[in-house]
Amino acid sequence: MRIRVRYSKLGKIRFSSHRDMARCWERALRRAELPVSITEGFSPRPKVHFGLALSTSHESLGEYLDIDLQEPEGSSVDLGTLPERLTPFLPQGVVVEAVSVIERSELSLQEAVTVCTWLIEVPGVSPEQLEIDVRTMLDAATLPVIRERKGKKVADDIRSGIIDLRVIGATPSDAPEQGAVFEAELATQPRSVRPAELLAAFDPPRNEGRVRRTHQWIITDGARREPIPAHATARAPAQAGAR
Amino acid sequence: MTDVWPQLEPLLAKVAKPARYIGLEDGARTPHHAPDKVAWLLSYPDTYEIGLPNQGLQILYEILNENPHAVAERAYAPWTDLEGLLRDRNIPLFSIDSHRPASAFDLIGFNLSAELTYTNLLNMVDLAGVPVRSAERRPEHPLIVAGGHCTYNPEPIADFLDIVVLGDGEEVITEINEVVRDWKMSGRTDGSRENVLRELSHIVGVYVPSMYDVTYEGADLVAVTPRYSDVPERVEKRTVADLAEFPYPKTQLVPITEVVHDRLNVEVFRGCTRGCRFCQAGMITRPVRERPAEQVRTMVEEGLRRTGYDEVALTSLSTADFSGIEKLVGDIVKSTDDGPPVSVSLPSLRVDAFGVGIATQIQRARRTGLTFAPEAGTWRMRQVINKLILEEDLYSAVEAAYSNGWRRVKLYFLAGLPTETDEDTLGIAELARNCVELGKAHTKSPSVTASVGGFVPKPFTPFQWFGQNTVEELRRKINLLRDDTRKSHGVQVKWHDPKATLVEGIMSRGDRRVGVVIEEVWRQGGTFQEWNERFDLDLWTNAMATHGIDPDWYAYRHRTEHEVLPWDHLSAGLHKDFLWQDWRDALAEVGLPDCRWTPCYDCGACTGYSIEHIVASATPPAGGSQGTGQDLGRSVPVTLLGRAPVVVGS
Repeated sequence: MRIRVRYSKLGKIRFSSHRDMARCWERALRRAELPVSITEGFSPRPKVHFGLALSTSHESLGEYLDIDLQEPEGSSVDLGTLPERLTPFLPQGVVVEAVSVIERSELSLQEAVTVCTWLIEVPGVSPEQLEIDVRTMLDAATLPVIRERKGKKVADDIRSGIIDLRVIGATPSDAPEQGAVFEAELATQPRSVRPAELLAAFDPPRNEGRVRRTHQWIITDGARREPIPAHATARAPAQAGAR
Repeated sequence: MTDVWPQLEPLLAKVAKPARYIGLEDGARTPHHAPDKVAWLLSYPDTYEIGLPNQGLQILYEILNENPHAVAERAYAPWTDLEGLLRDRNIPLFSIDSHRPASAFDLIGFNLSAELTYTNLLNMVDLAGVPVRSAERRPEHPLIVAGGHCTYNPEPIADFLDIVVLGDGEEVITEINEVVRDWKMSGRTDGSRENVLRELSHIVGVYVPSMYDVTYEGADLVAVTPRYSDVPERVEKRTVADLAEFPYPKTQLVPITEVVHDRLNVEVFRGCTRGCRFCQAGMITRPVRERPAEQVRTMVEEGLRRTGYDEVALTSLSTADFSGIEKLVGDIVKSTDDGPPVSVSLPSLRVDAFGVGIATQIQRARRTGLTFAPEAGTWRMRQVINKLILEEDLYSAVEAAYSNGWRRVKLYFLAGLPTETDEDTLGIAELARNCVELGKAHTKSPSVTASVGGFVPKPFTPFQWFGQNTVEELRRKINLLRDDTRKSHGVQVKWHDPKATLVEGIMSRGDRRVGVVIEEVWRQGGTFQEWNERFDLDLWTNAMATHGIDPDWYAYRHRTEHEVLPWDHLSAGLHKDFLWQDWRDALAEVGLPDCRWTPCYDCGACTGYSIEHIVASATPPAGGSQGTGQDLGRSVPVTLLGRAPVVVGS
């Protein structure tokens, strides 16, 4: 039996890495004594499949992982209370939001998710100026960037990966640095566009303030859905700015 | 006091591994500061990854936070990238629990486990906004305290410390807390700093360097004497008699980010009487005090359940010597059988088939490498250092390892030991080659790695009188070994560049005059000196030249019997004449069996404190151990602290 978990990661814990979070999850699953399937062989590991990596220092309202449970023990796990059962074993700022059973035949998170929505704070810029930046970027036919791959510089165009950009307004009062906020929909396939690349592609390049992933999207037959359906076991949405 | 988080937060996205500055570990306590509570900032003068697992600090963190009159938080050395940003913006050193400025604490306490961290201590005190020299501090500044193995000779850093604590901290920390609390409650008035320090000097185990005058005659140190009659002439270390009363840490910190020794650690005993003459840890932590096996089992079981770790280390200086170790290990393996897989590791393995037997018991899968520490290449040399392992012991261990499925063997050695000849050095290569030969019966390409470290003599050991090898001599010996093994298939020689041994030597056995060198190197930017890529020998030799400190005199000179040593006014419980006799025995190549199971040599550690070795079994562990009634010179398991632990099957 495979379950999919959605969790948020807000506040100080955003400075932990994807790898750190993977280790925290492995410990949490052992502490919760969940009957997780274990790989065979000399170094047995729990069968846990993580979704797209979240950059260190970025927050998220929608992170995912898939967990394989042993049979038949897995079927007796109460999924309704699982979010509340797991959260206390995770670091402060990480909250399990929803759980659902998925088919083993489903594509892995890394393959299935093709678009992410981001909320990006840009320090030192007015919303009006950012509006002009965004317009210019969306009007451009190409956005060439140079990126380093295995020590070699490769030219690349990220325009096709930018699906939409929308300026929201001024940064909230709790932002560490004042500026403007915009929402970005960025593709993760065939090549993922990272918020840092996007900001570097503005003219002039913009600094990165707080960044929060708000959604991950799976697109099937032109329809967009989140990796966990809306009717899945859910808890009240997390409040932003947890520390 | 407001926290620095708002200023810190935007900086963390700009630095490497920011998770080390956020706290949030499982087991961390929410600090509640109050005017009637003494606030401690427990600090490690190195990165979070090195400092967080330090068991001493974790134990004190819990004991203080359980005390209604105390509150404790933690700090570690910020890496150079963050330090630069902090200094640019005038942000002080902070606690990682609540990001409170370090200067808002009443005491900043450091664990000192390695001499090369001294410049980091100065840097952290400076980052806290506190004058680095004790004499320049005022009542509003925190007291700077240090404990840990290095403080058995604190003289090189005496001018920078307000208080030094010798020995086990579990009990003395509460006594210090009460005195500091009175000071805090009385308002820390002008001139009160001297009074509180004098008051603290009355506590057994507390050394206040500023209460002592140092007298020199020419180059020679002739006396360190108290300035007042109520200050003790000699400061005795503290020893906790019964480990069972201190089942700490009860809630070991589980870090978010990866650290060294990232696993559950349960201390099974403290102290060691194997008597390896190079080993300071074994000398200063006597007597042996075992934790009851039942308590160990409980701590392992509860610890695994609480932390979610899948590995537990049974820590001590020589875990195979724990009474009933086979049963203990067996019980732990059995108790974890029906849960997720758990691995058990011993930080040091005994060099005999018995040690390998235990390893076999706990490592049922993935047998890749085993590590042993024979420490020297010939029997003669091993008698000098009292590491009484016969060649047959090593071969039986290696044979057992290969026949039980291990494929790689790693051997630890020291170079630059007293009386060492080139024959002893080359003996290392010979042992390694013979081990490869033994492996050939079991595996096609056996691999033996000989890891060689440069020896630095330490205070309160029989080798405290020995003039250490020069960096050049150590390099020559390593090259000799490298040349000799060039054509030996399956033998690899690994070594650390011995360039740091000179600096370690000067700080290990230096006196107060060395302090200016440490300060100078720090002012020149010489932090994180225990990091190979940051260590800069030129910084040190230049600073020594500037201040007229002669490296030969401090590091390379043999001391004489009646010379006053810089730590003679401190006591680790060991009689100086015992150590001197042991030094004579070493030079005469005479070994000394473990006193746990043989008559007392009157080293002083038990009698001086009216306590005894606490071992559950009056008979020594089974196997070829020394003191078992077999020939003197059976296996001895001690390895130096601070080395990479032996993880069975890694």
